[in-house]
Amino acid sequence: MQLNREALTRAYRQMKLIREFEERLHEEIQSGEIAGFTHLYCGQEAVAVGVCEHLSVVDKIVSTHRGHGHCLAKGCEVDGMMKEIWGSQEGLCNGKGGSMHIADIDKGMLGANGIVGGGAPIAVGAALSSKIDGPDANGRLAVSIAFSGDGACNQGTTFEAMNLAAVTRAPAIFVFENNHYSEHTGDAYAVGTSRDIASRAEAFGMKVWRADGTDFFAVHDCMREMLEYVRTPGNGPAAVEFDTERFFGHFEGDPQRYRGEGEIDRIRETRDCIRKFRDSVTGAKLLTDADLDRLDAEALDAIENAVQASRSAARPKAENVLDNVYISY
Amino acid sequence: MAKLMYRDAIRNTIFQEMQRDQRVVVLGEDVVGGMGTAGGPEAIGGIWSTSTGFYEAFGPDRVIDTPISESAIMGAAGGLALAGKRPVAEIMFADFIGVSMDQLWNQIAKFRYMFGGKSVCPVVIRMPCGAGYNAAAQHSQMIHQFVTNMPGLKVVMPVTPADACGLLRQAIRDDDPVVFLEHKFLYSMTGEVPDDPDFLVRFGHARLARAGEDVTIVATGMMVGYAETAADDLAQDGIGCDVIDLRTTSPLDEEAIFDSVEVTGRLVVVDEAPPRCSLATDISALVAQKAFASLKAPIEMVTAPHTPVPFARELESAYLPSPAKIAAAARKTLEYR
Ligand SMILES: Cc1ncc(C[n+]2csc(CCOP(=O)(O)OP(=O)(O)O)c2C)c(N)n1
Ligand SMILES: [Mg+2]
Repeated sequence: MQLNREALTRAYRQMKLIREFEERLHEEIQSGEIAGFTHLYCGQEAVAVGVCEHLSVVDKIVSTHRGHGHCLAKGCEVDGMMKEIWGSQEGLCNGKGGSMHIADIDKGMLGANGIVGGGAPIAVGAALSSKIDGPDANGRLAVSIAFSGDGACNQGTTFEAMNLAAVTRAPAIFVFENNHYSEHTGDAYAVGTSRDIASRAEAFGMKVWRADGTDFFAVHDCMREMLEYVRTPGNGPAAVEFDTERFFGHFEGDPQRYRGEGEIDRIRETRDCIRKFRDSVTGAKLLTDADLDRLDAEALDAIENAVQASRSAARPKAENVLDNVYISY
Repeated sequence: MAKLMYRDAIRNTIFQEMQRDQRVVVLGEDVVGGMGTAGGPEAIGGIWSTSTGFYEAFGPDRVIDTPISESAIMGAAGGLALAGKRPVAEIMFADFIGVSMDQLWNQIAKFRYMFGGKSVCPVVIRMPCGAGYNAAAQHSQMIHQFVTNMPGLKVVMPVTPADACGLLRQAIRDDDPVVFLEHKFLYSMTGEVPDDPDFLVRFGHARLARAGEDVTIVATGMMVGYAETAADDLAQDGIGCDVIDLRTTSPLDEEAIFDSVEVTGRLVVVDEAPPRCSLATDISALVAQKAFASLKAPIEMVTAPHTPVPFARELESAYLPSPAKIAAAARKTLEYR
């Protein structure tokens, strides 16, 4: 299906926002102002946006340690996220969580996760809740998305979650972003000789899809088909493996000696989802370079504003350490 | 003697034990680093640099790079040990023990007892632990409190590079399962380490890090350094402190604590973990029970609060005990009338 101008504009805006968010963090982290571990999503934007552009606020997502892209795509506020990463009291999680624990429950974003494989079971729980609530007036179920990496697909929790979803026919979608690395280890080693995550999901009796995760349109199309299937009561879960790339190191500071010669230049040149999107929509004369340049500038502005706001945002006080352990005690 | 970083003392000790004993094997995530990549094995090595060069020296059968599967790492370590090997497994962050808990708690810790003393399970589970890096709630925790509560496990918390070496060698040669907790903050600390390839530090013998007659401060891990700073500060005011580095929380050197409290009559227990059902409460209870007559003041505990570990710098500092909090607690025991 052809996307209209408005949908294309929105998708590009979102992808670009994530890109600039991460590129800016990459710079800021080097200055030492930001504490903790930060894992950047650069290169994988088409997955988060291609998936989340189909979702509404009643749909849930559960993310990973590399969560900024998923959060932004699901509608978390740029300023609130940036302030959280800066450890501000005004951050989305009051500076308690930081980069690895950004969440916005009201937006259906049930949390990034510092535990690899920690997310998938939670996504299944949310899917079971949707099943209990039943379909909406159009007969469609709210869905729950578990984002996982090629590394996370090796955790027992991920396997258990897939099986639980399959046997209960929960409306869950397992989105595997295969960026070919789990930390410093290649999928050629850790995902076994098959290097095939989708067929693992298939073994649980799930319908599975595979697509190029650097092609926004491929992600978006395949997600439409999956949602058509999973939102239909009685069908149960589905899974997809997206072949994608991470442009930066595992975490900021990773020397990346495991990469091949010229690998980063090559993937930035040939596998950049934003560049591909641009070429495709300008080639088809759906949007002009001028339209896109304007969106680029908007994204940069939004990030600049968020960084400035974060720098001057209120810091937490020592006594805040005791807040939010319980609702009442 | 050689001056070494804590992390190198650990790396070298495992390396030497692997050379000495064919049964010693290493397993964990990225312990080789670079498997299945263009860079190839050891392109990077583990994130803690505690297994650098192992793969080249000992090969893939004895240096096992695992997928991200803590349950399988822990359980496979148990199985390797039951089958006669001496595995040294690494759980990349102690927090990930959650994923592997059954294999540690219900399996490894209990084999010998459940099997009527007929099994030997010489595993070492190394886990970097603790806060100080703003790594937030799932990458900063202490876990000694609950592994110390598990009968069947020995629990080791080295502070100096020499102890890291001697205690780790003891752990690898020990026939019982050992949880070996390396505080992340100590990795880059340097100190003299004996060259003797059989240098051992026996479990259950505390180290007196500072000696004094007014207050006893008991600590573990990164807290020992904080306690030493507090003691040095108090010494300026003529207050002398015994700083006891427990080294192992199971077995526990109760005598060292009682002997010191008998002299000082005052006890401050420092613990990086939250306070409930903790090492701090455990030691306080032991002293209250068995050395009550020696006490001149109520026992003070300086611990983390009953919260998860927060992210922001200000919050993490507020969460952690500090030398100032420890010194204040020591003064409080002295002011008691
Ligand atoms: C339970 C657990 N084990 C190990 C880690 C350390 N760790 C953090 S991210 C990561 C690699 C994850 O790889 P993948 O799932 O492919 O996600 P990617 O980093 O590529 O986005 C590892 C090993 C962790 N955070 N949690
Ligand atoms: Mg990956």
